[in-house]
Amino acid sequence: MAGRVVTITSGKGGVGKTTLTANLGAALAMRGQRVVVIDADVGLRNLDVMLGLENRIVYDLVDVIEGRCRLRQGLVRHKQLPELYLLPAAQTRDKSAVQPEDMVRICDELRGDHDIVLIDSPAGIEQGFRYAMEPADEIIIVTNPEVSAARDADRVIGLIEAEEKSPARLVINRLEPSMVSKGHMLGVADVVELLAIDLIGVVPEDSNALIAANRGQPLALSNNRSRAGHAFHNIAGRLLGEEVPFEPLREPRVFERLLRFVSPERS
Amino acid sequence: MGFLDRLFSRHEPPSGRVAKDRLRLVLTQDRAGISPALLETLKDEIITVISRHVDVDVQCVQVSVTQSGRESSLVADIPLRHRQGVREG
Ligand SMILES: Nc1ncnc2c1ncn2[C@@H]1O[C@H](COP(=O)(O)OP(=O)(O)OP(=O)(O)O)[C@@H](O)[C@H]1O
Ligand SMILES: [Mg+2]
Repeated sequence: MAGRVVTITSGKGGVGKTTLTANLGAALAMRGQRVVVIDADVGLRNLDVMLGLENRIVYDLVDVIEGRCRLRQGLVRHKQLPELYLLPAAQTRDKSAVQPEDMVRICDELRGDHDIVLIDSPAGIEQGFRYAMEPADEIIIVTNPEVSAARDADRVIGLIEAEEKSPARLVINRLEPSMVSKGHMLGVADVVELLAIDLIGVVPEDSNALIAANRGQPLALSNNRSRAGHAFHNIAGRLLGEEVPFEPLREPRVFERLLRFVSPERS
Repeated sequence: MGFLDRLFSRHEPPSGRVAKDRLRLVLTQDRAGISPALLETLKDEIITVISRHVDVDVQCVQVSVTQSGRESSLVADIPLRHRQGVREG
C-alpha cells in the first residue's frame, strides 16, 4: 500500500508544529512505521535541531528540487530510529524556491518506500503553507487554547474546506489543566465546539518539551515517559486508526511526581 | 494582583469564559466576512426596505449572524407594529 502524506499546519506561528512533527515521527517509527519527516519551513530550518540531526545534513529539500542530488541522498537517517528519515529545509534560500508541484513529486516518490510522510508546514497562509498543503492526504492543525491561535486555526480550516481537501483534525497543544479548572484557559470542549472539527489529540504544557529540544531528543523517544510524550504516542496511535480513548488531563498528583522521581522508568 | 484588585475583580467572569465569548464573536465575523459595522448597515437597509410595506418596530429589530457547526446564517428578527395601534381612522 502506498504511503500517506500528512501535513501539520497551524496558521499562527510558534504553536508547536515542529515539536509535534518531530514527536509524531519518532512515535510512529517506534511503532514500526517507515517514516519521513519533511521540514517545509525553507529559510527557517528547525526540525533538524529538534531531532538532533543538525550535524548530519549534507543536502536539503531545495537541492533535491533543483537536481543537485537524488531524493534518497537528501534523506538523513535518525540516530536511534533506523526507520525515521528527515528531509531538511534549505537554510539559505527562501520559500519561492519551492513550488507546490515539487512537493507533490517528492511525496509521490516517497510514498513507494515509506508508510507515512509528515510535512512540517511553515506558519502563515502564504506560499509555504500552499506548497506544504498540496500533496497532503490528511491534515493536522495545531493550535493553543488561546483566542488568537484558535482564530488563525479557523482561518486555515476555512481555506482547507475551500480546497475540498479531506477534513482536517485538530491538536490542542500546551493545555494547562490547572488553568482550565480555575477558569482561566479555554478548555478542550470550548475549542472543539467553536472550531467544529474533529480532535486527534491534546498535549499538555510540559517543561520537558524545552529540555527535549535542548538535547535534540524528542520526548516521545524517552523511556521515562513525560505527560506530553504520552500524548504524542496517543496521537500516533489515532493516526494509525487505533481507538485511543481521550483521557481527562489533570495535574500530576504529588505522589506521582515523587514516584517518577524515585523510579524514572515508570511511565 | 494586589488584595484590593482581587477584591474588586471578584465579580468579573473568569477569563476563560471571556476568551470563549470573544473567540465565538471573531470566528462568526471572520467566517461570514461580516463586521459589526456591516451588520449595522444591513440592519438599517433591511428596516428601510421592509418599512416600505409594513410597519416595523424599529427599536426592536435585531440582525445577527448565527453558527451551526461551521455554517453561518444571517438572522433578522423584525417585530411588526399592529395596524390598529398606529393608524387612526
Ligand atoms: N506541549 C508543550 N509544552 C511546553 N512547551 C512547548 C510545547 N509544545 C511546544 N513547546 C515550545 O514552544 C516553542 C515553539 O514550538 P515549535 O517550534 O514546535 O512551534 P512551531 O509551530 O513549529 O513554530 P513556527 O511557526 O515558528 O515554525 C518551542 O520552544 C517549544 O519547545
Ligand atoms: Mg516550526
